[in-house]
Amino acid sequence: MKPAKPQNPVDLYFMDARSKLIDIAAFMDRVEREGATDDFRYQAFLEALKELGQADRARSVLLSLSDPTKELIPAATTKAACGAWPGKG
Amino acid sequence: MRYIEPHAHMVSRTTDDYVAMVTAGCKAVCEPAFWAGFDRSSSKGFYDYFRQLTEYEPARAAKFHLPHFSWLCINPKESEDLVLANEVIDLIPEFLDKPNVLGIGEIGLNKNSRNEMTILERHVDLAAQHQQLILVHTPHLEDKLKGTQLIVDLIKSDSRIDPSRVLIDHVEEHTVKYVMDAGMWGGITLYPESKATSPRAIDMIEAYGADRLWMNSACDWGVSVPLAVPYAAMEMRRRGYDDETIDQVFYKTPLAFLSQSQNFKLN
Repeated sequence: MKPAKPQNPVDLYFMDARSKLIDIAAFMDRVEREGATDDFRYQAFLEALKELGQADRARSVLLSLSDPTKELIPAATTKAACGAWPGKG
Repeated sequence: MRYIEPHAHMVSRTTDDYVAMVTAGCKAVCEPAFWAGFDRSSSKGFYDYFRQLTEYEPARAAKFHLPHFSWLCINPKESEDLVLANEVIDLIPEFLDKPNVLGIGEIGLNKNSRNEMTILERHVDLAAQHQQLILVHTPHLEDKLKGTQLIVDLIKSDSRIDPSRVLIDHVEEHTVKYVMDAGMWGGITLYPESKATSPRAIDMIEAYGADRLWMNSACDWGVSVPLAVPYAAMEMRRRGYDDETIDQVFYKTPLAFLSQSQNFKLN
């Protein structure tokens, strides 16, 4: 599905993406400054960044951060998710 | 514009939110049963909650001339306790004849555990026995991919369930194709910090079409925006979509799925 008169996506979204890119850069500076780079979530974040170099980026980033296993776990010990799969490290 | 809010937890919202939604063009709101943010201590708490969803909340919405519909279940976040979960499921049939009930939901998985799957299977069986629509919650963040595949595979394996009567909610770019390929419907949830933003949701609809994909706010007691759906419509307008397409995406598509329930009637 596409609009009859599509708008230029760079016109629409460049400033928003620019802002988010700088936020990511500042986040990485902050983590490095505070010496928290060995956190498994940050390591997963760095791995996911590599997915930006190829097509289908959103899906690839999400896959990179996902639990790739297929089996049910024995029991849920928490209700929360943390955004990165701890088993990867 | 007119729109249907297919997923909102209005018991957690204020009357101001009802006013804002109706002012923005909301023609119906649908409320799945969910986790209250804390574990309820007994099935009696759920009995009261089901009364709230089928009696009190429709009456509150009616004060703002907004039709209110509900889905019933025990959320997977409370499925680890099998005794409690089975007691709650036993309560549900009593409420299925209420005039605003659309089906069983939002069922599913949260951490992809064995007990969660046991209770999901009971919910699916209940829906099959009572010919109810199914609304599915898929897990959060790193658990979503695995959970979505497990849920879709389970439902597909039950020959009593017509996939076109199942909506898998909270899809993202890595799960939407699996749901579409299974012949089910998909819901895209618009959240400020997780799930999907409006631009990403529209990207998915551009890729897979609006025939079986809807957008919802899933507004609740957490970080969420009750007007996220009309905001997404505004985003579509920014991209150059016309009124007819916007009406299809935000009104006619959810209307088509929900109208499979004989209880979903709009004036």
